[in-house]
Formats: sequence, C-alpha cells, structure tokens
Amino acid sequence: MRKNIYLSISAHLILLAGAITMILPFIWTISTSLKQLSEVFVFPPKLFGEKLQWENYLHISDRFPFGTYFWNSLKISVMVVIAQLITSSMAGFVFARLRFKYREPLFGLYVATMMVPAQVMMIPNFIIMRSYNMIDTHWSLVLPALVSAFGTFLLRQFFLTIPSSLEDAAKIDGCTPFGVYWRVFIPLSKPAMATLGVFVFMGTWNEFLAPLVYINSQNKMTLPLGLASMQGMYSTDWPVLMAGTVMSIIPLIAIFFLAQDFFIKGVTLSGLKGE
Amino acid sequence: MNAENRLAGTSVEKQQLASPSGHTSTVRGLLRKDATWAALLLLPNIIGFLAFTLIPVIASFILSFTSWDMLSPMKWVGLQNYTDLLNDQTFIKVFWNTIYFAGVSVPAGIVISLFLGVALDQNIRFKKFYRAAYFLPVVSSMVAVAVVWQFIYNPEYGLLNYFLDLVGINGPDWLTSTVWAMPAVIITSIWKNLGFNMLIFLAGLQGISDSYYEAADIDGAKRHQKFMYITIPLLSPTTFFVTVISFIGSFQVFDTVFLMTQGGPARSTSVMVHYLYENAFKYFNMGYASAMAYILFFMVFIITMIQFWRQKKWGLY
Repeated sequence: MRKNIYLSISAHLILLAGAITMILPFIWTISTSLKQLSEVFVFPPKLFGEKLQWENYLHISDRFPFGTYFWNSLKISVMVVIAQLITSSMAGFVFARLRFKYREPLFGLYVATMMVPAQVMMIPNFIIMRSYNMIDTHWSLVLPALVSAFGTFLLRQFFLTIPSSLEDAAKIDGCTPFGVYWRVFIPLSKPAMATLGVFVFMGTWNEFLAPLVYINSQNKMTLPLGLASMQGMYSTDWPVLMAGTVMSIIPLIAIFFLAQDFFIKGVTLSGLKGE
Repeated sequence: MNAENRLAGTSVEKQQLASPSGHTSTVRGLLRKDATWAALLLLPNIIGFLAFTLIPVIASFILSFTSWDMLSPMKWVGLQNYTDLLNDQTFIKVFWNTIYFAGVSVPAGIVISLFLGVALDQNIRFKKFYRAAYFLPVVSSMVAVAVVWQFIYNPEYGLLNYFLDLVGINGPDWLTSTVWAMPAVIITSIWKNLGFNMLIFLAGLQGISDSYYEAADIDGAKRHQKFMYITIPLLSPTTFFVTVISFIGSFQVFDTVFLMTQGGPARSTSVMVHYLYENAFKYFNMGYASAMAYILFFMVFIITMIQFWRQKKWGLY
C-alpha cells in the first residue's frame, strides 16, 4: 500500500512538472504583456514588473490594426465553419446513407485526397487565384476551404451510427431523402457538428501559410499574419506584441473550455484514433 | 456488412413506396430517388473538390515537368526538375533536415504522449486540469507560440538559459547556433503537439474493455505487467496511427521553422516545405517547386501505404 502512495505522489509530481512546462510560456506571455519595455530584458527574469502596465492592452490598436486583423480572422473563420458544416454534412449523409452507383469509388477518391499534402494543391491554387485576380482578397482564403474531405469523413462516420429505424420511420411518414437529412440527421448530430465546427474554427483561425502566400495588404491580413508582420517591423514593442498575442488566443481558449468534452467524443466517434 | 444490408433494404422499400402509392408526377418520383438527391447534395462538394483539389493535384504534376516563372512562357523540361533536385545541395540539406526533424520529434512526442495518455486515463485527481494544461498549446496559434519561445530561447534574458544557469549549465545561444537551432525548434514542436497526440491516445484507451484489466487483477498482475501485456498491445493500432499521422504532419512542418528561425542559421533548420515555399512564392520557380511538392507527396504516400498494408496484413485487435 505504502509503495502505491509513493508511486502516486511521484506520478503527480511528474504530471505537475509537465503541466507547468505547458502553462509557463502562457504565463510568461501574459506577464510580459503587463511590463514596461525596459523590464522585458531584465536578467534574471522577473515574473512581474514594477507596476502592471494594463495600458499595453489599450495601445494594441495604436501600434497595429488589431481590430481589423481580428475582424478578418473572425469573418473568414465563421464563413469557413458554416460552409464546411453544410457541405460536409450533405456529403457525409450521401456517403453514409444514400444508394447510388459508384458511391464507394467516389468516397474512396474523396478520402484519398486527405493524404495529399496541402502544398501540392497550393501552387496551382495560387496560379488559379492569380488568374482570377483574387490574390490579396479573402476569397483566396475562403474558396479553397469551402469543402473538406476530412469533414465529410468525420460526419459520415457519425451518420453511420444513427439507427436506420429512425430513417425508416421518417420515410414511412413521407420524408424525401433530403427530409431525412434535414429533419432526422441534422438534429441528431449536434455533438458531431460541434466537434467539426471547433476543429475547423481553430484550424482556420490559426492558419498561417495560406494568408502568408495570398495576402499582402495590411488591412486584409488575418491575426496570425498580422502579428507575425508586426514582430520586428519597427523595433518590436514586445509588451504590446505580447498583449496582442494574448488577445489573439483568448477566443480559442474560450471555445476550448466550452467544447472540451466534445473533443474526446469527436476523436472517438470519427475513428480518428485509427481503428 | 450490416450497414450495407440495411441500406439495400431501405432502398428496395423506398422504391415500393414510391411507385404504387400513386404519385405519377415524374418530378416527385425523381425526388424520391436516392441517386437524384445524392447528385444534388454532392454538387457543391464536387465543384469545390474538382476546382481546388483534384484539378490542382493533376496540374501540379504536369507543372513539375515544366520550367515556369509565371512571366515567360511555360517550357516543357521533362524530368529535369527532378534530376536537378537530386543534385541541388540545398535540397539535399533541407531533405535531411526534414528527416532529422521528423526522426527526433515523432518518436519523442509519441513516447511522452503515450505515457501522458495512460496516466491521465486513470482515475487520478486534478485529471481535468492536467488534460486542459497539456492541451493548451494545441489550441494556441503557432505565431503566439513562436513569439514566446523566441523569448524563452534568448541567450541573454531568456527563461531557458536562466533555468540552466541555476543548475550550473551554461546554455547555448539556441536559435542562432547551427547545432542547437534544430533541437530548439524540435522541442517547441513537441511541446505544441503533445496534447493532440495525448487526446488520440485517450480515445484509444477508452476503447480497451475493462474486462481485460479485471481478468489480469484476478490473476494478480502487477501494474507494470498490465501496462506491458494489456495496454501496450491493445493500444498498438492507435500508437501506429498516431505515428503515421505525426510523420505525415512533421514532413509538412513550416510555421514553426519559418516563424522561429526563418530556416537559419545557414539553413540548419530549413525544411522541405520551407524551401518549397521560397521557390514557389519568393522566386516563382513554379515547376521546380511543384517537383518538390511531388517528392513530398511521394513520401507521405509511402507512409500511408505502409499503414494500409499493415492493417491488411497484421490485422487489428
């Protein structure tokens, strides 16, 4: 018994040390965001400066168009999430429940594209966007993200678990396949839709390479690109940059805490764990 | 399988429902057909899929046999891009850097996240707090992560060398050293992705029935025996899956490198996608970059095929 207590204590110590390692950089971001510029470079590092400089947060929008970046990120992420929920649920329903010729090969092709690295599509997509004058517009970020093989796959896996008796009942009541999709499957799949929505939102919000390739103008930039471009532009004002960084991850952390339970469920039900 | 039969059954029923019930209107009849709805519901997907996935994949393949800077006319060069790549010292360097990055970050990340997953699957206190803490970096954007880690690695006022100093180690100038920059990038990358792998392991562990552990308890198995003879083998499909997707992900690493070191110093942290990005979007060597993209695709393809092959050959628990 005593051995178990030691084991449990040492396990907790290791887990706690790990957890601190995970959290410390965030604490450091927050503490730096509340310092004066001169206090940033003090050695040995201090957790807090003389006086908490809350006004750094007020200066964010003086130093760079934070509001614009934030709005651009929000607009693009929300558009992509809504579009992917619609297109993925429709395709997921088709591949899970409708019978038609070539369904399996078509689904196979769809899933196969998941293994193509994004960089392969990126070069032709850039050329396409350029020929339609969509470089430096938000279309170049939104259009390629409207449909998703991953989303289709995830929702199909979920739809396969819905009992067919519900579907049959709806059909006897006179539902068309669309009716079954809209009135039976969509209301039943809120957890799966929420999971996908959170995944897609985070992915889009944090996306860096695509905005880097497509966007040049300050007023079109998303938050990650804007923050990166601000760093080192003129001698970096670290506290203000850190304040901007904190503000940029707050929405994601809020969503994560709201949707925490969906994550494990989502991974389990989608077969993401590889079984 | 079961689902197939179920679907076949419903489709027959539906046809019986549709015709004798007296709806003679063809539009109505059509709207009862699965195939019609499949076409309608798939339409947006097919358009998007063709325009931004399938056609680009083919176009990229064709581009890889050309030389094109988007200004002068496209020139067919056959396999020259590929043979040039094999002789391009920079490409060889970034290729091995990619292997270095993947070869260290994937195994280390897997081992740590496996133990984390197993530890946090137990009924221990503060489980929710630990899970949230380890997942925090996954949620955060790479830009935010890069900003703070540049600070941590700073030789003069950084946290890491401060802590090393406390235990009497004189830390290097991490991000500007050709030796230490890559390990530094790898550490950050492991730190960032740990939580995601942990989550997949947690999901995998939930799939292991308690009855195995109960049976082992009856047989008087010790904790480490249960881990070695039940958890590890039954979790192996998950472990393998995590390994495969981690390798695929690490071949495509870009943000981490670009934001922390810009590939430097002296290309010591430059990876394939970084070199690809420079060729495509800085120098507009579209053909050359496409060839690189296809080499990357080929590597990912092989790893994916190994997984398929393994699933067929070894079977799963």
